[in-house]
Amino acid sequence: MLIRIGDRPTVFRYELLENDLSSLVCHKMDVLVIGINHRTAPVEIRERVSFSGEELLRSLGRVLEYPEFTEDMIVSTCNRVEIYATTRDPEKGIVALKNFLAEYHGVSLDDFEKSLYVHLGSAAIRHIFRVASSLDSMVVGEPQILGQIKEAHNIAAYHNTSGIILNKLLHKAFHVAKRVRTETKIGNNAVSISYAAVELAKKIFGTLEGKAVMLLGAGEMAELAAKHLVAGGVQRVIVVSRTYQRAADLAMAFNGEAIEFDGFGERLEGVDIVISSTGAPHYILHPENVLGVIKARRNRPMFFIDIAVPRDIDPRVNEIENVYLYDIDDLQEVVDANRDRRAREARRAEEIVEEEALKFYNWYASLDLVPTIVSLKEKFEEIRKRELSKALSSFARITEKERKSLEALTSAIVKKILHDPITLLKSPGLNTDTNEYVDTVRKLFRLDAKGRGQPKRRGGDDGT
Amino acid sequence: MNTWFFKIAIALYLLGTFKYLLFVILLRELLAKIGFLSLFVGFVLHSTAFVLRYLEAGHTPVTNLHESLSFFAWAIVGVYLAFYWRYRIKVLGPFIATLALILMIPAMVLPKEILPLAPVLRSYWLPIHVVFAFLGNAVFALAFCTGIIYILQEHQVKSKHIGAIFRRLPSLGVLDEINYRALTFGFPLLTVGIITGAIWAQYAWGSYWSWDPKETWSLITWCLYAALLHQRLTVGWRGKKAAIMAILGFFAILFTFLGVNLLLTGLHAYSNW
Repeated sequence: MLIRIGDRPTVFRYELLENDLSSLVCHKMDVLVIGINHRTAPVEIRERVSFSGEELLRSLGRVLEYPEFTEDMIVSTCNRVEIYATTRDPEKGIVALKNFLAEYHGVSLDDFEKSLYVHLGSAAIRHIFRVASSLDSMVVGEPQILGQIKEAHNIAAYHNTSGIILNKLLHKAFHVAKRVRTETKIGNNAVSISYAAVELAKKIFGTLEGKAVMLLGAGEMAELAAKHLVAGGVQRVIVVSRTYQRAADLAMAFNGEAIEFDGFGERLEGVDIVISSTGAPHYILHPENVLGVIKARRNRPMFFIDIAVPRDIDPRVNEIENVYLYDIDDLQEVVDANRDRRAREARRAEEIVEEEALKFYNWYASLDLVPTIVSLKEKFEEIRKRELSKALSSFARITEKERKSLEALTSAIVKKILHDPITLLKSPGLNTDTNEYVDTVRKLFRLDAKGRGQPKRRGGDDGT
Repeated sequence: MNTWFFKIAIALYLLGTFKYLLFVILLRELLAKIGFLSLFVGFVLHSTAFVLRYLEAGHTPVTNLHESLSFFAWAIVGVYLAFYWRYRIKVLGPFIATLALILMIPAMVLPKEILPLAPVLRSYWLPIHVVFAFLGNAVFALAFCTGIIYILQEHQVKSKHIGAIFRRLPSLGVLDEINYRALTFGFPLLTVGIITGAIWAQYAWGSYWSWDPKETWSLITWCLYAALLHQRLTVGWRGKKAAIMAILGFFAILFTFLGVNLLLTGLHAYSNW
């Protein structure tokens, strides 16, 4: 009914012990993620809870004003708004963050609560790793998100709203993202039409260095494809448009040349790649035109990209030797196939994330080790003192020397008893299940039941 | 002693082929590196085997089928290693390694004894003629492999099968460039091989050209490559046509080298094997 406690790996023990030990849930530090993304909410909702540059700074501080939180950072992009925070009281923390979002943006919580997701502990770690590795992105494998998260973390780190846990967690996330990028081929395949065109051009020509491209028609998509080609090494750009001014403007952007529409035929011979996107109602390039051009080029290959609908180039052009013609559907197929491949690579990436999340979780669980040992010692000391004073009061007369030796005796007993368990807890070989031992020790000795200056937390209410 | 080196070389070529094929399937860089290293070390040992055999026999060991096959394989691997230095095309590795292995396996089975050299072969022209001819053939073997890859890749691009094969094979531009390079290296080597053969024939048989089957077939091979070179330079034949010619040319080479010896008889048949 309340928090998504199921995200915690320790949930089993909680449920098993719930009946008799319901008040004994440990107050360990938890990482909490609350957010909204392109899958859970449409842009109309996302934009209402997003944070822009200036606001971000202020809101980082505002979150820390809640007593529940010790560290926080905020990621706000066009596809997601997420708050990462550390808390010892996740239950209250979740409520606080939700209210913060609603109050800060002046939006009713009911309007977007359904779209919010909450991750806690190991699930939160895994989520942050997945986001940084671009496994949670709209286009899986697109690298921008990593830069955005780095930026968000920089802001938080600069203003000291993130601390030891979030800093370490985010650095680990960047490391995981890098591993995913190098160990899987998730970013290798073009998943946009214009990238696919560049990928194909490279496979046809080997290098784009020194190649020339002609833009037939100056649409936005053609411009984008040309941009990618130029980035890939293409050196000359010729723009052809029925409206000369448009051609001239675009040509200027590429440091290219604008020519009149009627003159494009004569210039074909000098270009290697043609991107066609005119609004012509019928074919403007026929096999016989291209045959002549290719002959004049002494068979140097040509790549035609026809992104116009209806098509500009007769599909039979593809049958000419050393000529390759791709229309918009062909390119779309390439993109779709690459998307499928990415999805397969994503599964391998998930394994990496899983492995790293587990490693990190163990480190972070061990943060609770020292406080546990301290409270264990404190508890025994307390018992020893209490029992000793009881015993002492029953003696009628006792010398100072006797009192001292009783003191020493009891201290020695406590120390000897605690020696082995503490050595075990501290031993490095314990790494993988430190968390479990810490948990067990805390429960066995009811370390969390004692009010040690920390708010007592009601664990799973009746019938969690 | 030389056969020991020969056998280790085969084992390494086998390992190289295996690793390279795995590389093509799994695309792990490490596999390509191991493949290349096996091929390289195999080549060094193979070279050692030749030097040892030369010292043992007292003449260039290319006088029977075992020796010629082995030498052909050696030249192919050597030419690939030299080309790799300029064109880092890993996908050629598995093709070259397989081809070398196909030549080495019969060489391993065939009789390997060193026999006294037939009097007619005792000449300085023997190593000159044979080395040029085989180096030319080896360069064309490389063109043959690139030709096959070109045809495969061209089909992918043309028919818009942008799948696993497309991604694994290099670009058409680079493949065509290698085809041209191979032609410009291989053709002069083959030409010199034929000319030195003719000069040697004048000394040995008293006639520059006697239309012996091997001579005829090497002329046919030469004409094929001459035609390709001519068409390339004049009307700009390239791409698929050039690739097909490189494949046909290599079949002509194989027939000149093996078919003539095994199927036809003539002056070039010096030993049963």
